[in-house]
Amino acid sequence: MENKTLKKIDLIFADYTSSKYKVLEKVLEKTPDEIINEIIDSGLKGRGGAGFPTGLKWKFTKNEDNPVKYVICNADEGEPGTFKDREILERVFRKVLSGMATCGYAIGAKEGYIYLRGEYLYLVPELEKEIEYFDEFAKKLNLDFRIFLRMGSGAYICGEESALFESMEGKRGEPRNKPPYPTVSGYNQCPTVINNVETFATVQIICKIGSEEFKKLGTSDSRGSKLFSVSGDTPTPGIYELELGMPLTDFVDNYGDGDTKAVQVGGASGFCVPRKHLKDTIIGFEGIPTGGSMMIFNSSRSMYNVLHDYLEFFNEESCGQCTPCRVGCQQLLKGIESVKKGERKPQYLDELKKLASTMKIAAKCGLGQSVANPFNSIVDNFREEIIY
Amino acid sequence: MSNIETLVKNLVEKHGKTRNSLMPVLQGVVKEERYLSEDAMIIVAKELDLSAAEVYGTASFYTFLDTVPRGKNIVRICKTISCHMKGKDEIIEALENAMKIKVGETTHDNKFTLLTANCLGWCHKGPVMLVNDVVFPELTPEKALEVIQDYVKNSK
Repeated sequence: MENKTLKKIDLIFADYTSSKYKVLEKVLEKTPDEIINEIIDSGLKGRGGAGFPTGLKWKFTKNEDNPVKYVICNADEGEPGTFKDREILERVFRKVLSGMATCGYAIGAKEGYIYLRGEYLYLVPELEKEIEYFDEFAKKLNLDFRIFLRMGSGAYICGEESALFESMEGKRGEPRNKPPYPTVSGYNQCPTVINNVETFATVQIICKIGSEEFKKLGTSDSRGSKLFSVSGDTPTPGIYELELGMPLTDFVDNYGDGDTKAVQVGGASGFCVPRKHLKDTIIGFEGIPTGGSMMIFNSSRSMYNVLHDYLEFFNEESCGQCTPCRVGCQQLLKGIESVKKGERKPQYLDELKKLASTMKIAAKCGLGQSVANPFNSIVDNFREEIIY
Repeated sequence: MSNIETLVKNLVEKHGKTRNSLMPVLQGVVKEERYLSEDAMIIVAKELDLSAAEVYGTASFYTFLDTVPRGKNIVRICKTISCHMKGKDEIIEALENAMKIKVGETTHDNKFTLLTANCLGWCHKGPVMLVNDVVFPELTPEKALEVIQDYVKNSK
């Protein structure tokens, strides 16, 4: 295993070059295949949380034989504890547009959409101004690619890619069965690349510094750096760009308040890591991957309350389409409440863990499948706090 | 033609007469009316050539597309974990007392509806609330009351 330590990086929020869209202009001199190979070579994996290799996603979409293709930027940032995409949109939106245009050119798409969560409506005027500027610039470059902004309306599940397509098509945000994957049948049943905001911004960075330079950061499984949204019991909450592959203990030494009991890595749908495992937990795809959410809890916090909050969240945000998720979320919440009240024996928690594991197999989409992550990791590590 | 009819017609013209326009059209109605009345949904269905049931099906899925009447200003307090840890309960209590309503209700003068929301994306600066589209981070109960007072005074 490569031994990495915590290292602060400044790529994503680094200043633009003086000339606008200079990087994009340069990229368009390459062929689509050259661009896709560069992104594949960089080892970039999606920054939204799931971590699918970005270059491959582009390649699969490019290889589809369909005259209409789409590029979609997933800006439905709803994972509790995540707020880095908002900051990217506010501070370096041009990098995102540049990444989207690069993708559009590479896969042969003429339209790109940004699906922005309704909670970020106040960003719209600034974003629209920049999109207008981009349109003019694209015309000058003879780039046949236009970008449109679409809004969500307060549904966490719409961050799931196929639910997002449904929403854009004017339907309930209920995830579709997979396959077919978006690269084959996405928005309007056409081949679609859908990437996270940070992924597109990172594409612009790779185009600028080259895949060789990018690969110097991170580990073989987790190339590059990424943004972390730090909140909870920390003296320095905020957004930090860090090299991937660091041990969690380094992170806690830097951002904890000295009394850290546990860290929730990856938001409500992520994993809870107790103090005793901080040392042997790597932040990256070889360890625990994260879309960026890092919530720190100190010893004054009840992990029962933390788990209760997460389960309430999933209860409200489950789309209700499939039974394992809809009923499972309800029963998990009722279950820990009844154990706490003493209406059920502590052993009931083991039954609930089985239910969570069943949801992991049987639920239709990532929401229901990932409820077991926080549930089992909190119950396993803080069982006594759930019971007493 | 009623106001809502004109509004919907304009929105459909702007976004296009396709199913894909349904969300932007509904969002446009909510922006003006704060909620989707039965009449509004029937008009949208007619204009987009959809069944009213399909429009209701979509509308009722989304938290921000309310199908019950709301006040002129909608206050949403983030209740997710980080804001919970930073004291969202005190904010809610202060606003409930000042407005003399509970979460989920609307004031008698129809000025405010008080709601909670799931993660608003300001976890590093909680507790946070949205008033309509405007965000107010790093709240204290006093600050939250000032914000509301400001809306009352300036009859926003």
